[in-house]
Amino acid sequence: MLSEHISRIEGIAVYPIISLIVFSILFAAAIVWVFRLDKKYLARMENLPLDTNFDNNPEGIKFQNNSEIKNEIEK
Amino acid sequence: MQVEKFSYDNQIVKQFMIAAVTFAIVGMLVGLIIAVQLYVPDLNLGIQYITYGRIRPLHTNAVIFAFVGNIIFAGIYYSLQRVCKTRMWNDNLSQFHFWGWQLIILAAAISLPLGITTSKEYAELEWPIDLMIAIVWLSFGANMFGTIIKRREKHIYVAVWFYIATFVTITVLHVVNSIEIPVGLFKSYSVYAGVQDALVQWWYGHNAVAFFLTTPYLGLMYYFLPKAANRPVYSYRLSILHFWALIFLYIWAGPHHLLYSALPDWAQSLGTVFSIMLIAPSWGGMLNGLLTLRGAWDRVRDNPILKFMVVAVTAYGMATFEGPMLSLKSVNAISHFTDWTIAHVHVGALGWNGMLSFGILYWMVPKMWGTELYSKKLANSHFWISTLGIVFYAVPMYWSGIAQSLMWKQFTPLGVLQYPNFLETTLQIIPMHIIRSFGGLLYFLGMFMLVYNLMKTAKNGKFIKNEDAEAAPYEKDSDKLKRGTIHRWLEKRPVKFALLSLVVVLIGGLVEIVPTFLIKSNIPTIAAVKPYSPLELQGRDIYIREGCVSCHSQLVRPFRSETERYGEYSKAGEYVYDHPFLWGSKRTGPDLARVGKKYPNVWHYLHLEDPRQMSPGSIMPRYPWLLTQTLDVSTTPAKINAMRTLGVPYEKDYENFANQDLEKQANEITKDLINNGIPAESDKDIIALIAYLQRLGADIKVNQAIIK
Repeated sequence: MLSEHISRIEGIAVYPIISLIVFSILFAAAIVWVFRLDKKYLARMENLPLDTNFDNNPEGIKFQNNSEIKNEIEK
Repeated sequence: MQVEKFSYDNQIVKQFMIAAVTFAIVGMLVGLIIAVQLYVPDLNLGIQYITYGRIRPLHTNAVIFAFVGNIIFAGIYYSLQRVCKTRMWNDNLSQFHFWGWQLIILAAAISLPLGITTSKEYAELEWPIDLMIAIVWLSFGANMFGTIIKRREKHIYVAVWFYIATFVTITVLHVVNSIEIPVGLFKSYSVYAGVQDALVQWWYGHNAVAFFLTTPYLGLMYYFLPKAANRPVYSYRLSILHFWALIFLYIWAGPHHLLYSALPDWAQSLGTVFSIMLIAPSWGGMLNGLLTLRGAWDRVRDNPILKFMVVAVTAYGMATFEGPMLSLKSVNAISHFTDWTIAHVHVGALGWNGMLSFGILYWMVPKMWGTELYSKKLANSHFWISTLGIVFYAVPMYWSGIAQSLMWKQFTPLGVLQYPNFLETTLQIIPMHIIRSFGGLLYFLGMFMLVYNLMKTAKNGKFIKNEDAEAAPYEKDSDKLKRGTIHRWLEKRPVKFALLSLVVVLIGGLVEIVPTFLIKSNIPTIAAVKPYSPLELQGRDIYIREGCVSCHSQLVRPFRSETERYGEYSKAGEYVYDHPFLWGSKRTGPDLARVGKKYPNVWHYLHLEDPRQMSPGSIMPRYPWLLTQTLDVSTTPAKINAMRTLGVPYEKDYENFANQDLEKQANEITKDLINNGIPAESDKDIIALIAYLQRLGADIKVNQAIIK
């Protein structure tokens, strides 16, 4: 019932296409974006909620990366 | 570099926590009562204020806005200060926010049982309370942005992005969906009518779930799960993708299928693809949460906090997989209007929101009171009783939803409905409802374990009202990191970040909202459909007041099983004068879109007095007060005026003699009732309600009679 009336709106078919294009561009940009991020920055952000003292340890990094966590587990 | 000393405000967190736990108990208790009312209809003890239709919205509002809302604020006020390394911007504003929000809850707790409601789901509160919500919500936003702006940490952690998106989107949703014309202090009419009102309401309803029950909780997950596991989040990259994809897709992918389903095939497929695509960011978030526990899974065994969080994140994953599945037309045809929806939302509510809340509470209280959790064992018991509660709740609801739906659709080999009496399908699922309320009881009992455990914990420690902290001030040029600058630039600018979030959300919003506003001019009016008479209009407001829409839909879908049972399927043009729409979302009782003239007046009179007089075994509550309460006709002129403002074609000056017509129609119905041996009085509520019920769908029936 709804769709019948919606389909009468002029140019309605272009809506999903616009959406798909906008989303695809945004998503692709975001992927490029996150992979160009600095690793040190990522490590700092990952550690932000944990109780680390960034001032004594400028990098502020408790766990450098996932492999370090793995090492810690193996210890 | 000079280190600054300051303190975190724990007092406001404590207040929100106490409010959250208190309202969780109240909200769940009301939930339990309405669950039992579905098989013991007289549990309202004959009191109108605690009848199912009135307190069902009380339950949903209490658990969503009072319990979950207060947990969101407690969690945000705790984590925001710490990731921004600063105290909340303004303590007075924090207190204003807290007391304002509790005042809104109090207003809801009083007005909903009194039947003061707009009837739009999760937006039932009337216009004065809507205004209060807007003011208090803005005070929360001001405080949050103030805090972010005066932060000492340069970068804004991902949790805070989710908080910002929550604030921005809820503001938009609340404003758009609450546009209404007041008719006195406690009554208003939605400016939207019929199909348009339905579209706006479900754009709101779907996204309220997304941006009140999901995004703030994801923010909380990104802070509290790493804290509880003492591990950084699994992938910060994934969290960035998760955030942008989720806020972009959520706002319109969910209801997308509702809009475009009769477009050409390629467009339909595209719509389905978008709905299914939402699984990706949702599951990205779920996996990011679960993988944060890498190397810590052994700790899940003996750490009740992690147990709560793991079940919460898993429930999130299940509910966000189920959601897109329910948006497929073929699945929706079975699930819609049944208990399946109830099961789906409770996996999200009890599993995701409830369990994550409990994990956060068990984590925060010992920290804020500087002690250890009083009893791990008790917390473990709470975990198990809640988990079992969810199982005992959800499984019977899936079962009853599918069973009832299949019974509705079952034809005999001769081609007639196998269960033509709706009541038969209701009675079939009552055992499932009994088990469901047992599951709810288990979950409810768990709350007392939590309260006892947390109170004992607090007693063992000493509340740290202001927690001392120190950090270097934020210096603009201290950023030595070079690459990936755009996002870092952006997240150093919270206001621009919020604006970009708004734009992203609005792209999705526009895709749905533009057709919504265009549709008004695209609905052909049906000549036979006339505005409601004054008596019918008053009756409709009684229907709204009593919450009939909680259990009765007014929308016959174009399935043979429905047209056989109820009559001609519903047309958009039939609803053009419906401010607000009353399609409903659940058929606990039969659809009423075509109930007009199906039964004599006397049937409705006796049925409302005691439904079991007419339908033995019915689970509908009795409405004896409708027989004795006098209809307030002083509001009629104001209602007619408001409706005319909204475009309903009442003649000029009609408000001046509308009550004469009202009396005339009431006398006719009363006369008919008296002729049938009912000592009815013409000025009672029930007469108006009968007039409205007899009108439902009658226009189309007249039309068909003329054509024949």
